[in-house]
Amino acid sequence: MSRVFLSLLAALALALPTVQSVHAGEVPKPVVKIENPGQCVAPREEMRRDHMEMLKHQRDRTMRLGERGAKVTLNGCIECHAASKTNGSVLGGKDGFCESCHAYAAVKLDCWDCHQPKANYKAASAAPTMGLKP
Amino acid sequence: MSDSKNTRRGFLAASATMAAGLGFVAVAPGIRLIEAAAAEGKTASGKVRLGLLIDTNRCAPSCNACVGACATENGIVEDVANPRQRAQWIRKIDLVENKTGRAHSLPMMCQHCANPPCVDVCPTGASFKRVDGIVLVDRHICIGCRYCMMACPYKARSFVHQPLTTQNPEVPRGLGCVEACTFCVQRVDRGLKPACVEACTSGAMTFGDLNDPDSDISKRLREASSTQVRADLKLDTGVRYQGI
Amino acid sequence: MTMKTEFNRTEENLFYVLLGIGGLVTAVGLGAALYMEHMGHVVTGMNNQIVWGLPHVFAIFLIVAASGVLNVASIGSVFGKAPYKPRAALSGLLCIAMLAGGLAVIMLDLGRADRLVVAMTHFNPTSVFGWNVILYPGMFGIVAVYIWTLMEKRMYPYSKPVAVTAFIWRLLLTTGTGSIFGFLVARQAYQSAILAPMFIIMSFAWGLAVFMLVQKAMFAWNDMELHPAIRSRMKNLLGVFVAAVFYFVAVYHLTNIYFAKEVAFERFILVDGGIYPTLFWGGWLFLGTILPLAILYLPGISAMRGSVMAASLLVILGAFCQLYVFIIGGEAFPLEIFPGMTASSSFFDGQIDTYAPSLPEFLLGVSGIGIAFTMTVVGVRVLGFLPQDNIAKLEAAGSLTD
Repeated sequence: MSRVFLSLLAALALALPTVQSVHAGEVPKPVVKIENPGQCVAPREEMRRDHMEMLKHQRDRTMRLGERGAKVTLNGCIECHAASKTNGSVLGGKDGFCESCHAYAAVKLDCWDCHQPKANYKAASAAPTMGLKP
Repeated sequence: MSDSKNTRRGFLAASATMAAGLGFVAVAPGIRLIEAAAAEGKTASGKVRLGLLIDTNRCAPSCNACVGACATENGIVEDVANPRQRAQWIRKIDLVENKTGRAHSLPMMCQHCANPPCVDVCPTGASFKRVDGIVLVDRHICIGCRYCMMACPYKARSFVHQPLTTQNPEVPRGLGCVEACTFCVQRVDRGLKPACVEACTSGAMTFGDLNDPDSDISKRLREASSTQVRADLKLDTGVRYQGI
Repeated sequence: MTMKTEFNRTEENLFYVLLGIGGLVTAVGLGAALYMEHMGHVVTGMNNQIVWGLPHVFAIFLIVAASGVLNVASIGSVFGKAPYKPRAALSGLLCIAMLAGGLAVIMLDLGRADRLVVAMTHFNPTSVFGWNVILYPGMFGIVAVYIWTLMEKRMYPYSKPVAVTAFIWRLLLTTGTGSIFGFLVARQAYQSAILAPMFIIMSFAWGLAVFMLVQKAMFAWNDMELHPAIRSRMKNLLGVFVAAVFYFVAVYHLTNIYFAKEVAFERFILVDGGIYPTLFWGGWLFLGTILPLAILYLPGISAMRGSVMAASLLVILGAFCQLYVFIIGGEAFPLEIFPGMTASSSFFDGQIDTYAPSLPEFLLGVSGIGIAFTMTVVGVRVLGFLPQDNIAKLEAAGSLTD
């Protein structure tokens, strides 16, 4: 009885990848648009594979050691990869450079809670009464 | 005769040049020192200890230039309905001495202590002290427990209560993390001074390297007495006040 | 009297009803936490001055009571008092359940609750919160092993060494909880070494009160009656702990006034702070200390049915009042950054803050109790946690009243 059950389970496990590949065609792959010509800081395949490591490594160096002007900077990425369709942001559904792939891969983007996704963004000035006692 | 004229002219020219050179060196020693970190790949130097001296005698009660400049530079411009939930990295405190009635005003911000209680209590080490003395919050690992806000004797830290969209690209700040004055680290690392110091029109704020005996701030600290707020806590603050 | 192994339909239904209530309370609280995390703490009553609010009151009660409820087991296993030995397993279950509830509330209130893994992988050894990342999971593990040694016959010889380990561990843990506040050198309300032992004594009182309530409910569910001698022992012990808490709180306030000279703060808490004096004198002192002591010790009243349950409930109510005053009162009073001067600013320096708890905070806090309740209901249903006293054996050994 248990042997039958186990073999059924095994068959299901083997069948699953096939099931997946049948469905793979239903989700469109993101179309990555590079609006600015030129080279990225590393070849495309290396960027695709390693960009998370590069960002994480550099962020700790900038944060903890105060290293500036390194090869990898988040603002550098944003300035180059921001899309005109998304009002100069790297987010914006399937048109945003970062969001398009990350939505497809279902990897949550934690960066943009804190980092400004719009390239060259200039915030408004503070209110003139700021800091004066109410 | 012509010799003496040339000599005098030469002498005057040489003196003028020397005076200008000395004047430049005397006026802007801080810039020379901070330049060190701005080169590519260079990191903050442990030989430097950044500090701020505030002469409260020159601080006008009605002036909030430092506060406005900080908010503009660091992108603290979001609309928060409840003023008690609004982030403020620097604020002007109006003080009245209870016994004498003497009134004065001063800006208060993160004191960038050498023994920061906020760094001691942070469970993840997100609150940390950089080698040049600036106390920062690493928002990549801040979990928003607010223990550092409980520990700070100066109420220096703020908590971001709502999602933000108007951040300055140079100053990441976001929902659920704690933040405080960074001495405008994005400016300091480029050899500039903090926005509040630049904006102060009365010359009340002096910023520089406490470890350099020839810096403006060190000279002023030697000339007149200064205090640390809550010196009894022995935190060795980087921000010193005169005239409290 | 043996434990029932078969339940009639009413009892079966009662289990599912209790499970449903506990599950519902928990689910609503978790929903509130999700809301708070999505919208940000802007939807709460907490702000830049009152940074820890109602959820922390609930969480700290649960965590401190969790440590204290294990006391019942310690008295049996570590100090060898026979009547407490059958109660050890239930005490362990309550410890795990309440600790889980308290920790859930604290962790869900975090500004970035999604970074819990970060909290576990980045460790700051100077932070009490950092120690807690080791102490709390360790507590779960040790108590789980302890329950195992109690319930499996061949493991029983190990129950004493494990009990001693659990005893020491929870002293460390509760010292840590008290030190969370005690190490805050700049705060008028805290900054005192007495907070560590005070929290330990508070844990003893609150833990025993919770235990008495749960024990009473379980006995009622099983149509059992607690033997008067055991009841008397336990109620007297609760009275001793409540009196000890009174002592520590008195010493804490007197020290704050006399030695630390925090007169303005103490006046705020004890005299003119509005809700804080009310909760202190009316809530903690009268309802939470004097009334329970009267109920527990006055001969006519203490013998009445339900008196111990009433006293336990009052002690717990007093605990909440005390924690509210301690945590929130301590934050509402402004930090004294410039002693001898009156301060005012746009960041509300020098001003007493008012705190109005919001509904999501309350629901989150209550869900901590819900989690503890649900875990206990399931635990006592599936395993034999009911204390079963062999009265004859106790009487013969003379340990019923030793």
